[in-house]
Amino acid sequence: MTASASKVARRKLTNVVFEAFCVVVTVVALVALAAILWSLLSQGVGGLNLDIFTLSTPAPGSRGGLANAIVGSLMMCGLAMAIALVVGVLGGTWLAEYGGRSLYGSVVRFINDVLLSAPSILVGLFVYEILVAPMKGFSGFAGSVALALLAAPVIMRTTEDVLLLQAATLREAGVALGAPLSLVIRSILWRSGTSGILTGALLAFARISGETAPLLFTALNNQFFSLDLRHATANLPVVIFNFALSAYDDWRRLAWAGALLIAAFVLAVTILARIVAKEQRRS
Amino acid sequence: MNTLNPTEGFETSIASVGDAPVKVDVRNLNFFYGGSPALKSVSIPFVKNQVTALIGPSGCGKSTLLRTLNRMYALYPGQKAEGEIILDGENILASKDLARLRARVGMVFQKPTPFPMSVYDNVAFGVRLYETLSKADMDVRVQDALTRAALWNEVKDNLKGPGLGLSGGQQQRLCVARGVAVRPEVLLLDEPTSALDPISSAKLEETVTQLKADHTIVIVTHNLGQAARVSDYTGFMYLGELVEFGPTNQVFTRPATRRTSDYITGRFG
Repeated sequence: MTASASKVARRKLTNVVFEAFCVVVTVVALVALAAILWSLLSQGVGGLNLDIFTLSTPAPGSRGGLANAIVGSLMMCGLAMAIALVVGVLGGTWLAEYGGRSLYGSVVRFINDVLLSAPSILVGLFVYEILVAPMKGFSGFAGSVALALLAAPVIMRTTEDVLLLQAATLREAGVALGAPLSLVIRSILWRSGTSGILTGALLAFARISGETAPLLFTALNNQFFSLDLRHATANLPVVIFNFALSAYDDWRRLAWAGALLIAAFVLAVTILARIVAKEQRRS
Repeated sequence: MNTLNPTEGFETSIASVGDAPVKVDVRNLNFFYGGSPALKSVSIPFVKNQVTALIGPSGCGKSTLLRTLNRMYALYPGQKAEGEIILDGENILASKDLARLRARVGMVFQKPTPFPMSVYDNVAFGVRLYETLSKADMDVRVQDALTRAALWNEVKDNLKGPGLGLSGGQQQRLCVARGVAVRPEVLLLDEPTSALDPISSAKLEETVTQLKADHTIVIVTHNLGQAARVSDYTGFMYLGELVEFGPTNQVFTRPATRRTSDYITGRFG
């Protein structure tokens, strides 16, 4: 009896200690997050004004904004997502429905998983070697390809997972009507997996919109407003990186404002992804 | 304990269907999941425009047999069938055009599987694969299929609503409507009422009885009462073998084998 009582007491103590540890660790993480958000807000809000969206990056000491970087980022992320969606959705579909069980399929899945966690700077260097160096110049296209390489594995993974999650009977039900598997995939499985795939795509979008490293070697930067992706293209992350390290107060203010913009954008996309995912669960 | 004695009662009894027209004739069918046999030399006739019930305990091979009839198993590498399944004189195990075969042999599954689209499009989906109908003709076809599945009155005002928005019983009848809309010659029902409440089940049974005017129906069921109510012929399967086959009233009232009588009287199952 006493032995059992002491066992219970020890278990309770362990529980209290572990719970306390969890609380402390959570608080540390939350404090760090709050500090980051607070400095972003306090330093960034002051720099926000209409100029940010209408003027291009200035020379030190003159009036300017981030319009060229915002537009460049949007263009590159948009093109990257277009490439990544095609590659990711088709690749994920192939893994889930066709080749996933073969040796080749498992090799593809393994490499995709490696790419998922590949350091983004390596992706930047890789694209530098295969696109920037041969074409003898930095370009927005190269930047898009680098970003696509980061987004595609995420989309491929979610697409495969979403398709595998669907009941095998849904696939069989389509086939049982005399539809070829390819049609069942396109008109039934993709449709019922849309919000899952979309959630993955939005998270991938959020991830690449803040990436600096792959763009340093590919899109580089451009101090002028340009819609031409064939040349070096301005983008928010690299502008923030350059301006934040500069000695000029007005550049550093712009860097803070840009950082706040990206954070707000990523937050908005993440919330959107959550809403979409909730829609999926409801249907 | 009243368990089946493995040393006795291993006889089988496969009754002849006489002059009745046979729509699908299964001959010496063996089936394998990878290396393990799931059907052992099964021979069973399915009579045209009649309902044949397949009964037996879980794992006896009744669903496996059903899934050979539209070659659903061909979706999965490693599953293979040997023997003959003659549909109107043609061995479907040798058939190359599986999509066409499946359009002739429809299937309804254990759980309702509405597609993520409207009620109307669910029913029209299969029709559009093989026929090009005008809007008016398609409307007629959809209404006809939903009426046959005893669902029309409940959905006629909401054809554009999502199929997934219906109740479980309605979803299952929608799947039946989707199946009959393509006008298959044979309709396979794999425990179609096991996920339904008693009222929905009764409606579906009624539907099955009406459908046999136009279709040859094979129904797998765990529910012996259901088999007795809806079917004209019954096959009792056990451990991958067809133990007994005959007219339903005969199988249920005067079973010819010990194993069948043990099963239908509830001694095992």
